Amino acid sequence: MSEKPKKKPLVKVKRPMPEQDPHVRAGNFDEVALGYSAEDAIAEAERCLQCKEQNCKQGCPVEVDIPEFIAEIKEGRFAEAARVIRRKNNLPAICGRVCPQENQCEQYCLMGKKFEPVGIGRLERFVADYALQNEQPEESPARESASGSGRRVAVVGSGPAGLTCAADLARMGYQVTIFEALHKSGGVLVYGIPEFRLPKRVVQTEIDYVQSLGVEIKVNTVISKTLSVDELLDEFGFEAVFIGTGAGAPRFMRIPGENLIGVYSANEFLTRTNLMKAYLFPEYATPIRVGRRVAVVGAGNVAVDSARTALRLGAESVQIFYRRSRDEMPARLEEFLHAEEEGIEFNFLINPVRIIGDERGWVTGMECIRMTLGEPDESGRRSPVPVDGSNCEFEVDTVVIAIGQSPNPLVPRTTPGLEIGRRGTIVADEETGQTSREGVFAGGDIVTGAATVILAMGAGKKAARAIDAYLSAKY
Amino acid sequence: MYPIQVKRTLAPGVRLYEISAPLVARKAQPGQFVIVRVNETGERIPLTIADYDRKMGTITMVVQEIGFTTKTLAKMEVGDALLDFIGPLGNPSELRDSGTVVCIGGGVGCAPLYPQVRALSQKGVNVITIVGARSAEHLILTRELGRYSNQLHIATDDGSQGRKGFVTDILKDLIEQGTPIDQVIAIGPMIMMKVVTGVTKQYNLPTMISLNSLMVDGTGMCGSCRVTVGGVTKFACVDGPEFDAHQVDFDEQMKRAAVYRDQEAKALARLDCGCRNGH
Ligand SMILES: Cc1cc2nc3c(=O)[nH]c(=O)nc-3n(C[C@H](O)[C@H](O)[C@H](O)COP(=O)(O)OP(=O)(O)OC[C@H]3O[C@@H](n4cnc5c(N)ncnc54)[C@H](O)[C@@H]3O)c2cc1C
Ligand code: FES
Repeated sequence: MSEKPKKKPLVKVKRPMPEQDPHVRAGNFDEVALGYSAEDAIAEAERCLQCKEQNCKQGCPVEVDIPEFIAEIKEGRFAEAARVIRRKNNLPAICGRVCPQENQCEQYCLMGKKFEPVGIGRLERFVADYALQNEQPEESPARESASGSGRRVAVVGSGPAGLTCAADLARMGYQVTIFEALHKSGGVLVYGIPEFRLPKRVVQTEIDYVQSLGVEIKVNTVISKTLSVDELLDEFGFEAVFIGTGAGAPRFMRIPGENLIGVYSANEFLTRTNLMKAYLFPEYATPIRVGRRVAVVGAGNVAVDSARTALRLGAESVQIFYRRSRDEMPARLEEFLHAEEEGIEFNFLINPVRIIGDERGWVTGMECIRMTLGEPDESGRRSPVPVDGSNCEFEVDTVVIAIGQSPNPLVPRTTPGLEIGRRGTIVADEETGQTSREGVFAGGDIVTGAATVILAMGAGKKAARAIDAYLSAKY
Repeated sequence: MYPIQVKRTLAPGVRLYEISAPLVARKAQPGQFVIVRVNETGERIPLTIADYDRKMGTITMVVQEIGFTTKTLAKMEVGDALLDFIGPLGNPSELRDSGTVVCIGGGVGCAPLYPQVRALSQKGVNVITIVGARSAEHLILTRELGRYSNQLHIATDDGSQGRKGFVTDILKDLIEQGTPIDQVIAIGPMIMMKVVTGVTKQYNLPTMISLNSLMVDGTGMCGSCRVTVGGVTKFACVDGPEFDAHQVDFDEQMKRAAVYRDQEAKALARLDCGCRNGH
């Protein structure tokens, strides 16, 4: 294939992301990736071919106008680039940090067919950070339309799904109230994803932006306990409800010893650290107990986050135990590499069968069995099979179970007429979020099971449109 | 913010608070609890609901000052406000509406017991209440409990009021005397609930206890409140807090309660030296 002549030589690899040194960062909670400079950003933006296919857009669930914002960066018009992104994405500083772009926009990038794709995520982060640092929040941000004309919509849960749905509805002129069970809004963004990957100040600024659109957030309100979905609709004057309550229920392994002291669910471990700031104990009152030798079970993003958190809390050794092999590992490659650089050990094809404790009930070890990969299962992944007689013991004093989360059962259990799927998810239309109940919509992890920030945001966006259509048709 | 409307000392180190929280009061029922965070650097702790007033929109809690948060709370006054107050959480008590129920309260456990005693009495149940404490000055709410109980028995460790001994001494007597008992409800320190359960197991008496496990969210999200019930792991916050006492692994619960003892001491030292708490 003959290349067209280019003004500038083609740069085949992404501009590297400046990062904190692995040895230093393993001892602090500061952000690992430091972000592009203006010079980095312009150089990376110049790699974009501005091709007419614009395939990258199809990989973005919230439909960001990617080539357009990159074109603005190229010209050094960063504020304008931010405005282009904000048209579609209310939480760009978050997405720029935590989206798995390799499976989204960057997967479709034309450059990526032969070389490394354009670093769309890094550019998005740069632009969003630029805007956060250099811009005053708009006094009254632009409204797309006024079809909502003040009608009231309730959003349950303030994770990425709820925030996106609320922000989009507010832009359409609806009066939106978010009800959040915890004392702080943001969902997994505040309680799960660690400070060193997603600083909470960034999350708060983006939530402030959503509030500046007119969205009201009521924390400390557990829907199903404090108020029910039916009360919101019948007594509190909301005309539609969006449920975005996430996949917050931790799974355990159901092996002996799991209730010993020193065994945490990843959710508890991360919530204590991130939401409650146990890493600042005793300045913050919430304690956490991290021993010298920590085992983390599982190899998804949650497991890797837990392991890296344990290291920063002062553990001497942190090991990940995963029952499949490295190839099946669900964590993002980038996070795996970061963890390895920091000194996390990975043990593949091994699974715990028992946690061992002393007479006081504290963890002292973990018995594991080696695994081998058998035939592919329904999901096409080769399923792990235990190797008889291969049991071995590891000396550990803390175990974090990070084998997955299930949908939060509170709302599904207490809302009559809501169809529930086999795994406890709420059944909702993929395109609209419509549930089996009129006026009730749902999206994000509560519908899909644990997935990603951007998919939850995409679902929130679609539901906002569907709620607008529903209420417009009703009046 | 959730203002403190009433603060009253019931016994040394035990205070009653009425907190303004209309949405919580609107729904609260006996047996449920709230999660409280006192201030921005505070932890989330569960406190059992001792009473509620739907008209006034208040929740009553009785708090023993043992840990960092409860001691910080003790320094707050009427007019001050709690930063976060979440509830009502957990399942309401499933109360009988006939027969005889023996209600046993140990120390501050008398507070969450009170709305149950009252509700049982209002349903027409024959309520026999036994309360226990270290000494007379540590007894709380005996007058209120007496008002709704057909019999009220008191036991103190030192004999300064009522019978000298443990609540189970009275329970055993009642059983031996042939009192027909349909159910026992016991709320108090873990060790008391364990001992009561030991007795009722012998006599095969259905028993309910209320667990005050360590919690973070109180909504089933973290698993900090795990308890083994009948060999199966349950979450006290969403599956409880009340459980069939004969199925509960008390030893495990007592061990789990000790997990942060060292850290708690550290936090308390900080509180006592005054380098914290609003400054
Ligand atoms: C440790 C960790 C790391 C992750 N890393 C990444 C990553 O790098 N990239 C990525 O894309 N994804 C990541 N994910 C997944 C991603 O965070 C989730 O897919 C996403 O947050 C789901 O959004 P959501 O809005 O559906 O739910 P959530 O973010 O879970 O938010 C749900 C909210 O609803 C609230 N709620 C629940 N029940 C009630 C109720 N009854 N009443 C009121 N409020 C309620 C919850 O408190 C919570 O705030 C990670 C997840 C975890 C746990
Ligand atoms: S307190 Fe977190 S699950 Fe019960």
